[in-house]
Amino acid sequence: MSVVENKEQETLEFVRDTISQIGLTRADLIPILQTITNKFGYISQVAIREVAALLKLPTKEISSVATFYRMLSTEPRGKHLIQFCESAPCHVVGGRQVLHKLKEILDLEPGQSSADNKWTLITTSCLGVCGIGPVILIDTDLYGNVQPDQVKSILSRYE
Amino acid sequence: MPVIKSLDELKRIREEALRKQELKSTSGKTEIVVGMGTVGIAAGARETLKAILDFVDHNHLENIIIRQTGNIGIDSFEPVVQVILPGTEKVTYGRVNAEVAKMIMEEHVVKRNIVNDYKVEG
Amino acid sequence: MTFYRSTVLVSVDPICVEKGAYELIDTLNDELIKQGLIDEVQVLETTRLGDPTKFGPDLTVYPEGTHYTNLTYYDIPRLVEEHFIKGRVLKQYAAKMMDNIDEELRAPRSKEIRVVLRNIGVIDPRNIEDYFAYDGYMALGKALTEMTPEEVIQEILDAKLRGRGGAGFPTGLKWRFARQAQGDIKYLICNADEGDPGAFMNRRVLEGDPHSVIEGMIIAAYAIGARQGYIYCRAEYPIAVSTMTLAIKQARALGLLGKNILGTNFSFDLEIRMGAGAFVCGEETALMASIEGSRGEPRARPPFPANKGLWGKPTNINNVETYANVPQIILKGAEWFSSMGTEKSKGTKTFALAGDVKNTGLIEVPFGITLQEIIYDVGGGIKGDKKFKAVQTGGPMGGCIPEKLLNLPVDYETLGQAGSIMGSGGMIVMDEDTCMVDIARFFMEFTQDESCGKCVPCRVGTHRLLEILEAICNGEGKQEDIAELRELSDQIKKNSLCGLGQGAPNPVVSTLEHFLDEYEAHIYEKRCPAKVCRSLIKFEILDGPCTGCTVCARNCPVNAISGERKATHVINQDICIKCGICHQVCQFDAIKIS
Repeated sequence: MSVVENKEQETLEFVRDTISQIGLTRADLIPILQTITNKFGYISQVAIREVAALLKLPTKEISSVATFYRMLSTEPRGKHLIQFCESAPCHVVGGRQVLHKLKEILDLEPGQSSADNKWTLITTSCLGVCGIGPVILIDTDLYGNVQPDQVKSILSRYE
Repeated sequence: MPVIKSLDELKRIREEALRKQELKSTSGKTEIVVGMGTVGIAAGARETLKAILDFVDHNHLENIIIRQTGNIGIDSFEPVVQVILPGTEKVTYGRVNAEVAKMIMEEHVVKRNIVNDYKVEG
Repeated sequence: MTFYRSTVLVSVDPICVEKGAYELIDTLNDELIKQGLIDEVQVLETTRLGDPTKFGPDLTVYPEGTHYTNLTYYDIPRLVEEHFIKGRVLKQYAAKMMDNIDEELRAPRSKEIRVVLRNIGVIDPRNIEDYFAYDGYMALGKALTEMTPEEVIQEILDAKLRGRGGAGFPTGLKWRFARQAQGDIKYLICNADEGDPGAFMNRRVLEGDPHSVIEGMIIAAYAIGARQGYIYCRAEYPIAVSTMTLAIKQARALGLLGKNILGTNFSFDLEIRMGAGAFVCGEETALMASIEGSRGEPRARPPFPANKGLWGKPTNINNVETYANVPQIILKGAEWFSSMGTEKSKGTKTFALAGDVKNTGLIEVPFGITLQEIIYDVGGGIKGDKKFKAVQTGGPMGGCIPEKLLNLPVDYETLGQAGSIMGSGGMIVMDEDTCMVDIARFFMEFTQDESCGKCVPCRVGTHRLLEILEAICNGEGKQEDIAELRELSDQIKKNSLCGLGQGAPNPVVSTLEHFLDEYEAHIYEKRCPAKVCRSLIKFEILDGPCTGCTVCARNCPVNAISGERKATHVINQDICIKCGICHQVCQFDAIKIS
């Protein structure tokens, strides 16, 4: 099997497995899509079609839900997801300078992924840890009280 | 803990939980420290400790914490007992056998009179 | 009663049991009997001690408070000999009990009254026993065995509890509607989708006192007649989700959730549903759509959730903080609760102080306290003792309140009159170095991004508002802009379906009202008074203070600064991107912003 076909097969199996664990009803849709996003970094067309088939819903319903929520993605994401809090409390304590530094070092605008597929940078709304702003979330690691000159060393921790 | 089947059972669990919470706080209580190092034990500290425990039990004393410690460095004065009433300075007693222990409990802990005869300075 | 000189608490949480906690307890008791210590040392089981250990089990000896971990049953004889007979700590197994300094929740300051926050930092949220020690589930016991559902509703009505999610609707009334609605199947929902930037009160309650919310929900379910409940928690709060999951498990294991609670014929169970990163899902109808598996788009009300909610059934939905107040009201009574606060707003409210204030973090104060007291007495005043400029309340749909209104006693009505909202309780304090136009633009960026897109006035209107504000901040503001901002804001407010659209223009409207001079300076003078808007400021190096140390030049990300060592440096205005880094690193105050 080619690499593409392998990936497809892996996706299909994972989707079926996930649905058998979570459930088949409409109310289970978002948890299913979240699980798929966590595993592959995004929800591919293959996955969307399979979910639609198993839940007996039109594919456009699946797509419309998948594109609505920020934590679900239908576009491939880089290996590491950087979420930068762009909300007011982080903004007023120097968030702007940190974001500027991030954009500069990564050479990315929010919403973009790096050419080598290592990083995806997105801005997120308040993560609720405003006491230690500015805040960066990389995958599941939360960094608080971030200064612009710390950005480089934080990023260098990731392969 | 098993399933709580009634309000009464809940109340009992609350009592027990409160007791455990109590353990964690030492403020406002009288502390009695008994030296239980090798020298202390050789000098009879275990009997001293027992006497203190019996006294507390018999007289239903409340808010007492009894701790033990190792050698505090005044071997010739063992068994050593220290009494710290809430908000006061520590008082160290030496050569405290079971009888003396009872007296210290009665005089110092209950009546708040330091027993100078057995008090060790410094 | 035997007086014990020592008590040993052994953790019997599932991890420790797996590692042999019960064998340990048996061996400990045997050894204590053997050494004649059984009357002096008491051994008790507890659900949890400190953080779960990788190896276990763990135990703590009181009154010393010595904590041991990684013990096995064959270590016991030595432990007994060393610790209980010789009075020495067995060092190789002694562990430190972590003392965490809480930066978000300090000790209560004067003027604070902690009701909702009372247990946070005091109890271990992963140990249900701690909750029991602080009257946990006693309110539930009282409600289920001594009160009828109608009496519970009446108590909440008498207390005049208002929804803490922002709208402030009387909770008792909401419950009554749900109770009176037709139908056998009813649902209860807790809105834990706290998305307001700057608000993290709900998060702390979910993480620090989860059972207070669970207990409040069970009481509410009893009152309205629901058998199934959901806690909708945003995905950005993973610790809250895991703590709540554990708390639900523990409550279920003890029969406080499930069938026949406390031996009555009332049954109720709870499930957690997670959000997926959409701010609008904090709106109740959008939230229900999300649980149902659809796009989180709000719908028109009526019908209200109390009549037609989740899957078309009567549903009561309340905020985390609202539920957290319920057990205390049932235990202490409506009169106690309504003795705090103002005429129309009873009880206390948590606020999250953020921004340029000295003591940031969570506070809880009775309604009626003034903004002045909150910012200066509880908050400690402005950071760096700078001048106060404005305080923004209620989240991104709230307005900015200027200095002249600081003596406002805080309650739902007064904040509304001042052009703002209570919202969930976020309070962002801004000092003199804040540009109010930039702030309005900033909040509009947020609401524009989070608009679900359903209503044209909101979707297109907020986009247009943002465009105009961005132009003004870039020095391209036009004379007509102020009038257009006002007109648009009015349209959006009047024609949007949900609270997001209706509130989105508030920051714009309130800053236009109180800080018109700043808008005018931006538009007519192309000047930003607070020296924030990049296009309108210039960074210059002053000849006098500059020592030519080259620090600024070396840190400039675009190499816009040139100069010889020991000679005054110069910034090339064509290249300068106004990031402000030179200003930050200069030790001699030689960089002027104009």
